[in-house]
Parts: sequence; C-alpha cells; structure tokens
Amino acid sequence: MITTTGLTKVYRSGDREVTALDGVDLHVREGEVYGVIGQSGAGKSTLIRCLNLLERPTSGTVTVAGQDLTALAGRGPRANAALRAARSHIGMVFQHFNLLSSRTVQDNVELPLEILKVDRRERSRKALELLDLVGLADKAQAYPGQLSGGQKQRVGIARALAGDPKVLLSDEATSALDPETTRSILQLLRDLNRQLGLTVVLITHEMDVVKTICDSAALMKNGRVVEQGTVAELLATPGSELARELFPVGGEPSGDDRTVVDITFHGSAATRPVISELARTYNVDISILGAAMDTVGGKQIGRMRIELPGRFEENVVPIGFLREQGLQVDVAAVAEAADTTGTDPAAQPAIPVPAAPLEKEAAK
Amino acid sequence: MQPLLYDNTLDTLFMVWWSTFYAVLFGIPVGVLLHLTERGALLQNVVVNKVLGAIVNIGRSFPFLILIVVLIPFTRLVVGVSIGPTGAVVPLAIAAIPFFARLVEAALREVDKGLIEAAQAMGGGTWTIIFKVLLPQALPALVAAVTTTVITLIGYSAIAGAVGGGGLGNLAYTYGYQQYETSLMITTVVELIVLVTLVQLLGDLIVRRLAGRGTRASSVRVGLRRLRTSVDEATLGTVDAA
Ligand SMILES: Nc1ncnc2c1ncn2[C@@H]1O[C@H](COP(=O)(O)OP(=O)(O)OP(=O)(O)O)[C@@H](O)[C@H]1O
Ligand SMILES: [Mg+2]
Repeated sequence: MITTTGLTKVYRSGDREVTALDGVDLHVREGEVYGVIGQSGAGKSTLIRCLNLLERPTSGTVTVAGQDLTALAGRGPRANAALRAARSHIGMVFQHFNLLSSRTVQDNVELPLEILKVDRRERSRKALELLDLVGLADKAQAYPGQLSGGQKQRVGIARALAGDPKVLLSDEATSALDPETTRSILQLLRDLNRQLGLTVVLITHEMDVVKTICDSAALMKNGRVVEQGTVAELLATPGSELARELFPVGGEPSGDDRTVVDITFHGSAATRPVISELARTYNVDISILGAAMDTVGGKQIGRMRIELPGRFEENVVPIGFLREQGLQVDVAAVAEAADTTGTDPAAQPAIPVPAAPLEKEAAK
Repeated sequence: MQPLLYDNTLDTLFMVWWSTFYAVLFGIPVGVLLHLTERGALLQNVVVNKVLGAIVNIGRSFPFLILIVVLIPFTRLVVGVSIGPTGAVVPLAIAAIPFFARLVEAALREVDKGLIEAAQAMGGGTWTIIFKVLLPQALPALVAAVTTTVITLIGYSAIAGAVGGGGLGNLAYTYGYQQYETSLMITTVVELIVLVTLVQLLGDLIVRRLAGRGTRASSVRVGLRRLRTSVDEATLGTVDAA
C-alpha cells in the first residue's frame, strides 16, 4: 500500500547538513497498522511527512496506493493540483491536533470536504456521520477550545477520514494524551482499521502503542530503518531489538561466569516442561531470572530469561537442546561474559532457528 | 459655534472612515503577501519580500506632514482636489496602508504553522490556506490591528486638518490656536480623546467576542492581554513617528 525506496532527506542550513533520512525502504501492506518507533531525532516525523510529500525527499520514491507521489509532484517547491488531489485521499492526524479554533467541530470536519468542493448539504451529512463514527455526534456545534484532548483528537481523526482515505498517517497522535485517553484513541484507530480496511501508519516513541495495535513495526535509528517486519516475524528474529523492547524480560546475571539465555515460547512449545527436562537431562542448575506472558499482536507469547552456570562455550549443548525443542533462544548479550571469553554472542552455533527473514519481501 | 463643532466632527469621521477603508482594502493583501513570501513560508520569494518590505518601510518612515506635501500632485490626480477632507483621505490612506500591512503581517505570523500543515495535508492550496486558515484564525488580531489603525488615523487626521484638511484638527488649530479660543480648543481635544477611547473600547469588545469563541476563560484573558499590549506598543510607536 505504501512503499518507499531509497528515501533520503538532507536538511541544509547554511553550511550545515543534517541527514534526517538515509535510504529508507519501507513496505506497508494494505489494511495493516504499521508502527514506526525510534528515539527523538531518529527521523520518524521526517519519514511520515515524506509519505504525503509535506516534506520533499532529497532523493528516493514514495508510492501510495499504487501512485508514485514523487513523480506526481513535479519539480517545483509548491504542491501542484495532482499532488493536492492525491493528498486529499491520505488522512493525517497530528500530535497537537491542529484544529482551527475559529471553526466549530463540524466545520473543522467539513474543511477537507470544502477543499474537495463537495456541496453544502453533502458536507454537512458526511461531517455528522463521521462525528458519529468517532463518538462525538453531540459536539458538532462546539468549538475545539471546549473539548478535552481526547475529544480534539477524535475530531482530528474524523477530519482525516473526510476524504475517504485508504491510508491514515499519524504522527504521535497520542503523545499529548493521558494513558486512559491514549488507550481509547488507539482502540478507535484499531476499530477504523478493521471496519474501513484503513491502512494506518503511526509514529510513536512508546512501545506500548506498538504492542497494543500494530501488526507490523519498524525501528528507526539515525535516519535508517534498522528493523522492520510483522510483529510475529520480529519476535521470531533472534537478537531483534524491537522484539526485546516489545517484550522485555528483566533480570541481571548473578555473576560473571554465567550464561544468560532468553527463551521465547510460541504456541504449543509453551505447554511443554522444557526447563525441567533440560535440568534433568544435562544435570545443570538453572536459575530463572525473569519471565512473562503477554499478548503481542493478538498472539499469546511467553518469554523467560534463565541463567546457566559456566560460560557460553560450556553451555553449547544445553542451548542446542533448547533450540531442538522448537524454542527461540537468544543468548543475551551480557557484555562481561562475552568480552572476557572473546565469544561474540552474535556468532552463535549454526543451529537452524525458526526465524522468518526480516525485511522487505512481498509488500502487499 | 456648535454647528461648527458638529461639521468638523463629521469631517473627521469622513476622513478616518475612508482612509481606514482603503488601508484595510490594500493593507490586507500587502500584509498577506509579506507573510507568504517570507523565508520558509508557502510562497517563499526573497526578492518580492525584500522589495515589498522596503516599500512598506519607506512609507512608514515618511513624516506625515511631508507625505501630504509630496503627495499633492497625486492627490489632485486621484480625487481632483488637494485640500479639504476629500483631499486628506489620499495621504491618510497612503500612510495607513503600510502601517496596517505590517500589523497584518504580525497577526498572520501568530497563526500556528501546524494549521497550515494540516490544510496542506488535506490537499489545500494557497487560496484555501489564505481564506480558510490564515485570515479566519488571525481575525481577532486583525480586528485589534484595525482598532490601532483607526486610532492612529484619528491622530493623523488632526495633523491633516491643521494644514487644510478640515475636521477637528483644523478647528482646534484655526480657532483655538490662531484665535486664542482656548475653550474651543479644549473641547476639541476632549472630543478627540472621547473618540479614541470609544474606538478602543469597541475594538476590544469585538476582539473579546471573537477570541472568546469556545475558548476557556483563562486563555481568553491571556490572549487579550497580549493583544492589548501589542496595541499599546503600536500606538506609542506611531505617536513617536508623528
Ligand atoms: N526543518 C528542518 N530543518 C533542519 N533539520 C531538521 C528539520 N526537521 C528535522 N530536522 C532534523 O532531522 C532529524 C530528524 O528529525 P525528526 O523530526 O524527523 O525526528 P523524530 O524522529 O520525529 O523525533 P521526535 O521523536 O523528537 O519527534 C533531527 O536531527 C532534526 O534536527
Ligand atoms: Mg517527531
């Protein structure tokens, strides 16, 4: 539904250059909720603003719903009619709502329809219908100043839907809201995604948001997408930073000479008594440092962090056993242990791991 | 004596009304253009911005008395006469256009950039942004700017009056100053003060109504205070210039 290739944005101010986007290839499938997460300054806002060309990319292409926006936009700095028409079918919601305080709620929702030159009767009908959809039918004649943050964002969402978009872009739409309101707005976005088949791209810096509603996610760092895929794929990827963040298990090793292993249970593996089997078979003492069960992307998943006595190389066999049980095993990157032994935790034994390949296959 | 006062009041109102009318008519487009051609703005255009800005600055720095004299040929060309209330409207308007344009520019600058971005994101073009976002959102500040302009023009019209433009300034000058009728001069000055006060009150009332639309009481008060201080500053500035 949305594809970017080699998207690059360089800001120049004087002789200073900031590379906000550095060759981003994004693939958002139709009908999914796609989360982009990353630290402040990673380039998330720049990325989402490039998706409707509010920001002109320095190079690279943006394709939305089969339309190459970068080709459409032409060369000039101003948006031509073709680009404007394309934009009117891409909804956008903002962190600070960006509602016109001079207009009533209903008139705010009507604004995109005025731009589309819809006649007055139809505008009014559609605006009221959308306000009803977001649960604000009774506030049509209020002014934005009279609404709470959550209500304002609902108006923002209703307004974004006025042009019958296939895609909704959301830049930190819940960052100015309290946790309770955040949940209700996320729920609304989820409902809209399901009911209208709306593709949603949302930017956030809260893992919780990704966990609650995203089907897929991308992690940005320094203008690059360093990981992306469906949540299931990410969780099944050894060493995935997103997976670890999405589903953290705590627990510090009790000493230097220990191997810390994170085990992820999917599906049926969760029910087998693997840990006691491991202890019995290899006669090792296992300490459980932390464990959690959670629902991520609608699937039950369990994670456990255990500690085995001895260094990594002494535990190759038990770890192999765990892998044979169909579990996803990550040897935690505990720096002390790894550095002193010169063993890079990434250089794991070549036992096949049930990991779906990350990134960019089969958009749509 | 009373009909004299009455006639001259009408003359003053005539001059102020029409010069305000033209100041708004031309000042808004100039102000909008100044704002939109700024660096980083929608129609960013350094050349247009600099040239227009220079013209506006020249217009604003001209001493009004000299402006009247310089404009005499032009005034005669436009309205057929160079003196009397009609003749005074031309220099008054010419002086007020750049003044008001700057106030418009300042008012538009206060409009949240996020709103422009929102309008662009929904496919809005430049006209949409001007007429549906910038001007409506800046309306309270624009009304405050008109108030300031009217008050400034009341002051200017008195100067114009003193050099043959008619109106209260003329009355105060010819009778009060030249013929030592102190009471008449005082009456005239009091009337000017009353006029200015009424305009300011009316302007504030409208601004409060507009800014108060659906906002909570506290934010209205803060907004008003800001507007009023900016108005005061602007007025002080012109007194100096005059
Ligand atoms: N208009 C601009 N001019 C110059 N540099 C910019 C501009 N906009 C963004 N940048 C720079 O580009 C980088 C990425 O900014 P961006 O706003 O995309 O980050 P972000 O991931 O959205 O951060 P946050 O979470 O704080 O919103 C930053 O280093 C920022 O300083
Ligand atoms: Mg941002």
